Amino acid sequence: MLITRRVDFSASHVCRLHGASDEENCALYGLAANPHGHGHNYILEVTLEGDPDPATGMVFDLKQLKDVLNREVVEPMDHRFLNYEVPPFDRLVPTVENVAVEIWRRLEPHFRDGVRLANVRLYETEDLFVDYAGER
Amino acid sequence: MRLTRRYRFSASHRLHSDRFDPAENERIYGKCNNPFGHGHDYVLEVSVRGALDERTGRIVDLEVLDGLVNAQVISRFEHKNLNRELGAFEATIPTTENLAIEIRRGLQQAWHPAFGANGPAIERIRLEETKRNSIELQ
Repeated sequence: MLITRRVDFSASHVCRLHGASDEENCALYGLAANPHGHGHNYILEVTLEGDPDPATGMVFDLKQLKDVLNREVVEPMDHRFLNYEVPPFDRLVPTVENVAVEIWRRLEPHFRDGVRLANVRLYETEDLFVDYAGER
Repeated sequence: MRLTRRYRFSASHRLHSDRFDPAENERIYGKCNNPFGHGHDYVLEVSVRGALDERTGRIVDLEVLDGLVNAQVISRFEHKNLNRELGAFEATIPTTENLAIEIRRGLQQAWHPAFGANGPAIERIRLEETKRNSIELQ
């Protein structure tokens, strides 16, 4: 069974490669290359897979899931400038792809014993999102 | 990793088949058979699967994707009468199903020239006719 919880956070970022010219950065990232940065209301959907515990009827304690999401994602990233305040985005371009991979990396170790992190869906805007399931 | 981008276009259509008599058309297509046609604000989701480019942090060049979808879908269908202005629907009923198939055909035809053989792959499209109904093609 899949169980999904949604949280949101707002953050600013800039998508620029260190050492690349203005021209190349604009070609790669478009408006997102503006050096002053800009922001998004990110929406994160985290999906777990497991079977309901026969005693509790739950795949995972949603309160505990909420705490993990707050601690690992919302508190460190909400109302932050990702490039300046949230490693590894001081050296990694905070594209929606890279932010999703980082969220996966932070969340994945919390789920063990028959429950696994199945998918991270991260919306950068309503019209752009990625799904990441830990594939390399 | 899979990236999904949403696009919008508005178009009109009428669902009607010459194979059926007026009463049968009315029975099958209901309000959509109105002879004057009607329109929708369509939402198209295009999902792309690709490997993360470690240098750029991207799996697909969004400018190329947007350009391809604009050329193959938006510019063809935006504010058009699907029955009258597109050859594709002269003999085919522009149901959401058939429109999705036509959109996928157009995207697949232009995909490799745009992205190359080793580029990202189109994995799925989803077409919403209204918020209450949608078609998904893998």
